[in-house]
Amino acid sequence: MTRFNAWNVFKNGFTGQKNWDRQWRDPEPKKEYDIIIIGGGLHGLATAYYLAKNHNKKNIAVLEKGWIGGGNAGRNTTIVRSNYMLPGNHEFYEHSLKLWENLSHDLNYNVMFSQRAHVSLYHSPGAKDGAARRYNIMRLHGTDAELWDLDTLKKNIPHLNYNDARFPIMGAAVQRRAGNARHDSTVWGYARAADSLGVDILQNCEVTGVKRSQNNIESLETSRGNIKAKKVGFAVAGHTSVLWQMAGLGNLPIESHKLQAFVTEAVKPLLDHVVVYGVGGAHFYISQSDKGSMVFGGDLDWYKSYAQRGNLPMVQDTAEAAMAIMPCLGRIRLLRHWAGVMDMSMDGSFFICKTPLSNLYLNAGWNYGGFKASPASGWYFADLIANEQPHKHVQNHNLERFEKGINIDERGAGPDPKLHG
Amino acid sequence: MNGVLVPIQNCTVDMIRIKCPYCGERDHSEFTYGGDASIKYPALDASESEWTKAIFFRENIRGMQKETWHHTNGCRLWLEVERSTITHEIKSVKACHPQIEKITKNKS
Amino acid sequence: MTSVRKEKYGKINRDKVLGFTWDNKEYFGYEGDSLASALLANNIKIVGRSFKYHRPRGVMSCGVEESGALVTIGSGSKSDPNVRATTQELYSGLIAKGQNAFPNVNYDFGGINNYLSRFFAAGFYYKTFMGLPPFEWGKGTGIWMIFEKIIRKAAGMGKASREPDPDNYEHANDFCDVLVVGSGPAGIAAAQEAANKNLDVILIEQDSLLGGNNLSEAEFDVSLLQNQLKSSGIRVMSRTTAFGVYDNTVVGALERVTDHIPNPNSKLPRQRFWTIRAKHIILASGALERHVAFNNNDIPGVMTVNASRHYLNRYGILTGNNIVITTNNDSVYQTALELQEAGSKVTILDSRKNVNLDLPKEIDVYLNTLPFSINGRRKIEGLDVCKVTDKNNKNTIICDQVLISGGWSPIVNLVSHRGIKPIWNQENLCFVPGDIKENITVVGSAKGIWNKNDCIESGLVGAHEAMNTLGIHKKEISFPSVGGWLNPIDTLFEVKSNKFPSKSFVDFQHDVTAEDVRLAHREGFISVEHLKRYTTLGMANDQGKMGNIIGLSLMAEQLDKNIPEVGTTVFRPPYTPVPIGALTGRNVGKHFRPLRVTPMHQWNIDHGAKMIEVGLYQRPWYYPKKNETLSDSYIRETTIVRKTVGICDVTSLGKIAIQGPDATELVNRIYTNPFAKLPIGKARYGIMLRDDGIVMDDGTSWRLGENEYFMTTSTAAAAKVMSWLEELLQTRWTDLKVNVTSVSEQWAGAAIAGPKSRDVLSECVLDSNEISNQNLPFMGVLQTKLKDGTPCRVVRISFSGELAYEMYIESDYAHGMMDVLWESAKKYDGCLYGLEALGALRVEKGHVTAAELDGRVTIDDAGLGKMASTKKSYIGSAMRKRGVLNADDREMLVGFFPINEKETFNAGTIVCEKNNIQGQGIGRITSVTHSPELGHWIGIGYVNGGLDSWKDVTLVGADPVRNKQMEIKVVSPHMIDPEGKRMYA
Repeated sequence: MTRFNAWNVFKNGFTGQKNWDRQWRDPEPKKEYDIIIIGGGLHGLATAYYLAKNHNKKNIAVLEKGWIGGGNAGRNTTIVRSNYMLPGNHEFYEHSLKLWENLSHDLNYNVMFSQRAHVSLYHSPGAKDGAARRYNIMRLHGTDAELWDLDTLKKNIPHLNYNDARFPIMGAAVQRRAGNARHDSTVWGYARAADSLGVDILQNCEVTGVKRSQNNIESLETSRGNIKAKKVGFAVAGHTSVLWQMAGLGNLPIESHKLQAFVTEAVKPLLDHVVVYGVGGAHFYISQSDKGSMVFGGDLDWYKSYAQRGNLPMVQDTAEAAMAIMPCLGRIRLLRHWAGVMDMSMDGSFFICKTPLSNLYLNAGWNYGGFKASPASGWYFADLIANEQPHKHVQNHNLERFEKGINIDERGAGPDPKLHG
Repeated sequence: MNGVLVPIQNCTVDMIRIKCPYCGERDHSEFTYGGDASIKYPALDASESEWTKAIFFRENIRGMQKETWHHTNGCRLWLEVERSTITHEIKSVKACHPQIEKITKNKS
Repeated sequence: MTSVRKEKYGKINRDKVLGFTWDNKEYFGYEGDSLASALLANNIKIVGRSFKYHRPRGVMSCGVEESGALVTIGSGSKSDPNVRATTQELYSGLIAKGQNAFPNVNYDFGGINNYLSRFFAAGFYYKTFMGLPPFEWGKGTGIWMIFEKIIRKAAGMGKASREPDPDNYEHANDFCDVLVVGSGPAGIAAAQEAANKNLDVILIEQDSLLGGNNLSEAEFDVSLLQNQLKSSGIRVMSRTTAFGVYDNTVVGALERVTDHIPNPNSKLPRQRFWTIRAKHIILASGALERHVAFNNNDIPGVMTVNASRHYLNRYGILTGNNIVITTNNDSVYQTALELQEAGSKVTILDSRKNVNLDLPKEIDVYLNTLPFSINGRRKIEGLDVCKVTDKNNKNTIICDQVLISGGWSPIVNLVSHRGIKPIWNQENLCFVPGDIKENITVVGSAKGIWNKNDCIESGLVGAHEAMNTLGIHKKEISFPSVGGWLNPIDTLFEVKSNKFPSKSFVDFQHDVTAEDVRLAHREGFISVEHLKRYTTLGMANDQGKMGNIIGLSLMAEQLDKNIPEVGTTVFRPPYTPVPIGALTGRNVGKHFRPLRVTPMHQWNIDHGAKMIEVGLYQRPWYYPKKNETLSDSYIRETTIVRKTVGICDVTSLGKIAIQGPDATELVNRIYTNPFAKLPIGKARYGIMLRDDGIVMDDGTSWRLGENEYFMTTSTAAAAKVMSWLEELLQTRWTDLKVNVTSVSEQWAGAAIAGPKSRDVLSECVLDSNEISNQNLPFMGVLQTKLKDGTPCRVVRISFSGELAYEMYIESDYAHGMMDVLWESAKKYDGCLYGLEALGALRVEKGHVTAAELDGRVTIDDAGLGKMASTKKSYIGSAMRKRGVLNADDREMLVGFFPINEKETFNAGTIVCEKNNIQGQGIGRITSVTHSPELGHWIGIGYVNGGLDSWKDVTLVGADPVRNKQMEIKVVSPHMIDPEGKRMYA
């Protein structure tokens, strides 16, 4: 495979760009694989890649019902950060951030991870103390974290609403190593890298049935025929319950909710950081893509839904939140909005765990946070599938944690999935 | 956030329209989504595992499901709504409380 | 291209001359002009630059599909980037500028990219910029971020203002029976037919003039149509774009109220955002003419054929002298005729072999002929043409304009918003709307019907379909069939060029070429969504209105499939971009969220309160004397409360009236501690858990009668607790006969705290005897009267640990109550105290609030385990026993003192062992204050294992984000008067 680098781009400039290969193959499904990952999103592709790379596994397939990256991987607002504080969560997301930092080199694909700083505003002394707790814990883990007072914030981002905000901005909690990335290229980068290690990426291959014995999955019925598998991993966040029930496994601590994302027309550089805030019942996050579009999002649509389309009320709500913090956005025009279906778990934390079936492994429950998590998600899920026991950083991210009383609820919102952002 | 007349989610416009059996058809911004209405909550003294099943595990239906909505900025009734989670189409609405259901049914 | 204004043509008002500025030069146009037509009338050719290669762009259309003439309108805080010149109405004094160019669109240094375009193929940026060139050496993101800075500066289109948007916007709602989108022939027919049957009809038109494609006709009379519509009772909304169709036949629409007015009345909104709830929607949104991809098909002077007809008959502009029209369908011939009549030399290239039409002699028509390549760089100098069968043999036609028609695409966007996939019609080479199950009907050319008469007929039929669904009648209906040209359209999407780099553009704004589509195919990006994302085809402002179908056809060719097998991209709302300001409406600045104030808000301010935001509330923070700081003030207030007496507004607490025979049962089930035996006239502090056994809220309930309770909740959880009680009573415990009512707004409350509080209160009520220790013991409740006779409620309850009371009165009498209390308190040298002092007092006593109850804390963690009854079941009683929730090493509430009494600390500090300052630590400080009574800073918070595990151990408070670290020790959270003697006094 032709390596991606400036030299080859230059060379191809003289040959009509004719010498680039397919970035990943389009193989026919084999009759049997050692490991099948269902879900050709970022989590599934990353898992396949790390299974091949870290654990030297061969004979792996990723099954995707449509085209890779067509679910939440291509529908998110691309923020990457590790400002988590609960045990396990912090280590997990920080590991993910470290993988992000070298991901372009690792995959030989520019994922455009821009460490432009994640600036989380606070609006009250209490919120500042709450942020301090979280960011202190990050610092005590060796992760970068700082608090900006109002003057520092104004110097860095002068055009926020410091004049007539309903909830005055008092400062910000900042992670400089955080930022945003290019979601599609991350998908393609993982696909290309996994493919080059021999992983079969099977697109338009929808799982329509799961054939199992008492304790095992034996084979998968798909739109491209029956495929046997020694081990199966689910990585289909948004639709986990559907597949879970197809496997006859009953209920999960997950509800599907939809979250909208918004993109404006492209303008010249207007915002150099990722800015987020939450106050007065609003929740808002914004950054500018390298193309120039303002990319932003807000809360869930509040009711359970599998519909991948946006609703007007949350559009208005999110627009209000945008204007509240950046009044210059009033004249910027919204170009598109759409919705993704989120696996909202009962404590806002994810699942990377074994299941009641001995050869089935679960990767699910990513709530809002799946994009930034995807490298570590693939890393630890591959580790689980290869070694058959969870890494200590994800040892509590299982289905039994609720009955055991293990609390990894970063928001403290309780068992109401719509409240976990 | 205190008292009754809290602007839920601060939505001014909404798409889903719910026929409240007491107030009539209203935008869903007047309501708050509750959750799965098919959950049978166990007795207060039931076991931890029964409670765990009830409050943490969900059928998460893809299709027509029964769910609760609270008419927060209206009559304050809790309603049982049959709604498709794919198309958002609403098939039926009734008051959750059986007595209230009888009264509102007669009313309409 | 030489475009000129023609006498006697157009629907513009030549009596009204409008001056405007383009790139700092002054020009003139007429009323009725668009900015694009005015620029064309002044023969301005280059009006923009493309996104990537910075190629010159002229006006390419006359409507919303424009992807060439994107300009910046206005200046300063009112500057609007990326405005389509084709839809911007001209007004006197309009200021417009070219964008994405330096120094200007005529001469742009960025044009160098055009010469490097051979390297800048689709997706090239994914293949490089990762590390040091040429082999991407290095690690991390450092080198990428240097490139990124340059790329970001080059990307983007117009420049946005950083000033707050000075305009205001409005939200409005409307309802109707039938909403018709589009005022072309089909839309007008549908609207009139529905209105004739007395239906309430709204007709929406995005243009300033009604008529749709009628406007391209010379003889069309706009004012006649307007009068007809008026008399039929149709509500017409022009300058209004239906940008989205949502659930339940709701349409989002944007009305441009003042965008065409020079100096609008400042009271008018700039734009109005409409939410229209219709019973039935008729979409007559029309169709757009497509381009054809061939080499240099983007040179200024290229335009769609129909656009040129619009410019002639609507704006009176002949867009070229010497025009070549290239087509694969019948729709161009009328235009050709009119252009020729208006004075241009017209040549037609038709790709079809035989065309059965009456062709005028004056026009040269070459059949079986294709456009191959345009000559010229900044303007068209000629067109190389060839026969379909022989692409090697080329002739050059000298011309100054090339008009293109590659067929027509019905505007299926709004139907697509409903998740309905369009269906490919091979006969007419276009997507037509799919099967709709909602109350939405598509008519006219939006349905793929080309003939004007058929369009009108389809409008009538559409109206009858609406009447069927509305139950007006039941009528068999049948729409005119799709299509309607005499000669079939020819498949022509691209004329392949053998040149490299190819300049056959598919997406004009994003510079996506036919070669880019083929490169995407070579690299495996064959699904439509991959193609779109990899090449950015269709991602520009026009959202692929022009280029998508050409892109699809090219991919289909590569895959050797039909277009429908390749698919279509899903159109997402909005149809045309909508300003965020319009979406927001009036809820800007201070109006972002409602402001809640207590009934004594003004009283507090009059008495010197500094306020603080708490949720949606503003509450008194502190009451400074003269030069006092926050710190001076709260320390003084705290001291006075402990010494004499203080008064504090506590109205924001939630208040709930609980009434009914099962009231006691309800209260007993929701609190962890027993309430069954609470006597009438007594209150009790209680803790509520969530279903999962975690603490939800704390508060009090007072038993006012056998079947009546008055419950208070925390400010933060007030709404949640109210909904929670209603949920329990209406869904789970439907057998309980209890009614709950929120009375938060009805009662105003004040705390009276301090050793002299009884004296103060005694003076304020009618019968001072009632207040005695005997009559009103700790936790006693009294329903009594102020000395002026106003009824009030008093409870003896303490949050400060002092002898203390809370008094509640009907909200309307709040000022009176405060006057009476304050008059009395002043006699005892009392003070008013705010939230800061309230916090200080409760921290000294180790009382928990939201800062301690973070949604993960159990009742035992919070040191309140003894309030959890073992004799009854209550909400959360089973789940609080879950596994690790009872572990011995869980965090428990404690107090913190600094080892060095001069040291201060902050909430949010992490508690660590001295030799192990890292990771999660062993605890955290949640609330802090200076304690005047103890003379140093104190805090409360949690440590693993609680006080017993860390007594007398020197620990470290780590607060790296505030550059603080101090030695601390763990103490009991009850730091003052632990036995509680004072409050029982």
